[in-house]
Amino acid sequence: MSAGYDHIDVEELKARGIKFGNTPYVLSAAVAEVAVLLCLATARRLHEGRLKIETNNWESYRPQWLMGQDIQGSTVGIVGFGGIGQAIAKRLIPFEVKQIIYSGHSPKPQAKEFGAVFVSFDELLRHSDFVIIVCPLNEETKGMFNEEAFNKMKPNAILVNVARGGIVDQPALYEALKQGKIFGAGLDVMIPEPLPTDSPLLSLPNCVLLPHVGSATVKTRTAMAVLAAENIIAALEGKPMPAPV
Amino acid sequence: MNRALHETCHRMGKLRILVTNPEVHQKAIELLQERYEVDICTELPYPTREQILQRISGTDGVLWCSKVKVDSEMLDKAGPTLKVLATMSAGYDHIDVEELKARGIKFGNTPYVLSAAVAEVAVLLCLATARRLHEGRLKIETNNWESYRPQWLMGQDIQGSTVGIVGFGGIGQAIAKRLIPFEVKQIIYSGHSPKPQAKEFGAVFVSFDELLRHSDFVIIVCPLNEETKGMFNEEAFNKMKPNAILVNVARGGIVDQPALYEALKQGKIFGAGLDVMIPEPLPTDSPLLSLPNCVLLPHVGSATVKTRTAMAVLAAENIIAALEGKPMPAPV
Repeated sequence: MSAGYDHIDVEELKARGIKFGNTPYVLSAAVAEVAVLLCLATARRLHEGRLKIETNNWESYRPQWLMGQDIQGSTVGIVGFGGIGQAIAKRLIPFEVKQIIYSGHSPKPQAKEFGAVFVSFDELLRHSDFVIIVCPLNEETKGMFNEEAFNKMKPNAILVNVARGGIVDQPALYEALKQGKIFGAGLDVMIPEPLPTDSPLLSLPNCVLLPHVGSATVKTRTAMAVLAAENIIAALEGKPMPAPV
Repeated sequence: MNRALHETCHRMGKLRILVTNPEVHQKAIELLQERYEVDICTELPYPTREQILQRISGTDGVLWCSKVKVDSEMLDKAGPTLKVLATMSAGYDHIDVEELKARGIKFGNTPYVLSAAVAEVAVLLCLATARRLHEGRLKIETNNWESYRPQWLMGQDIQGSTVGIVGFGGIGQAIAKRLIPFEVKQIIYSGHSPKPQAKEFGAVFVSFDELLRHSDFVIIVCPLNEETKGMFNEEAFNKMKPNAILVNVARGGIVDQPALYEALKQGKIFGAGLDVMIPEPLPTDSPLLSLPNCVLLPHVGSATVKTRTAMAVLAAENIIAALEGKPMPAPV
């Protein structure tokens, strides 16, 4: 009952002839909503703004105070352009983004719909104002957002992760945020989950955190549960599963 | 600037402009300095009413970047030379528009150039409240993250929802445009009368009462005036759906804040996302701060470099046009 399956030994299942299904697509809208939320919350300094109110540091009336980043006119880089990545692109277009670019193994035919351009991971890092991680966690992507990656990103860039915590080298992210190498990060996933209360990420004003709620709506979780059940029923009846892996 | 100096400027024919904040963007200042003698209030964090009163006498135009009220006392102090006042804001509830009109002082504001930035904050507050961002943060910080429970911290979907926009002007329309690809079921709006642009968004004009009863998201984007003051009161919250989310990016005074607190505390509505409140700054002991289902931003709706620069430039352009006898780009 998930889209991700980094916790499943897929090879073992295959070797034993066990059918395997997951729950893609039915959660794309909910996760995309959280991805856009994290882009906006980080861009407009939601956590920092809350801290300012709570600590009596709200500097009203200063026209250059707590300035945020615009989504309008920005370049959005989506790492992984599957169902969720495309759902995010669809939702960002009326914000009048300048360009959507994406990286992955190969170009996707659906990219045309969004005017999205396929680029190398390197180019994506260098050109994006928003970098959104929406790819699976596997041997290839594990820790791909490391110090080297953060050094390539723009100083005004915002990182959003709605995929898996392991794709990001978290200590390197902490350093990048602390030193202002990038503008901020919005994370729905992290290492470990639950995050310990003494995690240094919690001390950063420019780090927005959600406790892995990407698919947490009644409608979405119900659809995921039903799809998982339908995968089982189809497999046991010898029919094609609606969502085979 | 002292009296002798400004009299000299008048004798030289250069009109005198006052800018009521030292942090107005340089591009706007330069536009004005090319043509006029420009006096800029210097006080940080921001000039007080008294400090503005001390400088306003004998000005021809004022770029108003302040929450201080423009009223008879202020205009009396300015004197009969004042021909134009340009506020660096879309809202003008702090300005006595009738007094300006009575004195023949031209008045401009800064609509449209801030629509995108404010709409981004409105959508942010819808999403942050719907997905329980503040509450989620508290759960992490207090070691209450209940991972792996499939029915924990469930939020509201924008997909399939009915969005009610109170006030369908430039900002309201910018919000509607941005919400459509989230696959909302319907956009409805209220106001004095239907807007022709509503067709573009498939938005339906309804009464305020119907909007309250049918909306999953209620977004306040109307001006604060005698009519709208406190319109979101206990009665309004009683009409709203229990899963409804209130977002306010307009003015705090449109909401009866104690009634909102009660509605949130009792679960009469699901949550609220506020960029504006009463007062600003909010005191640190405000009961709103104790609510997990209340997301708060310190009035940052138009706070991006690009937007504030555009607002400053538009205010300067309003002044220049008025003093040159041309139509202002954004007259009120």
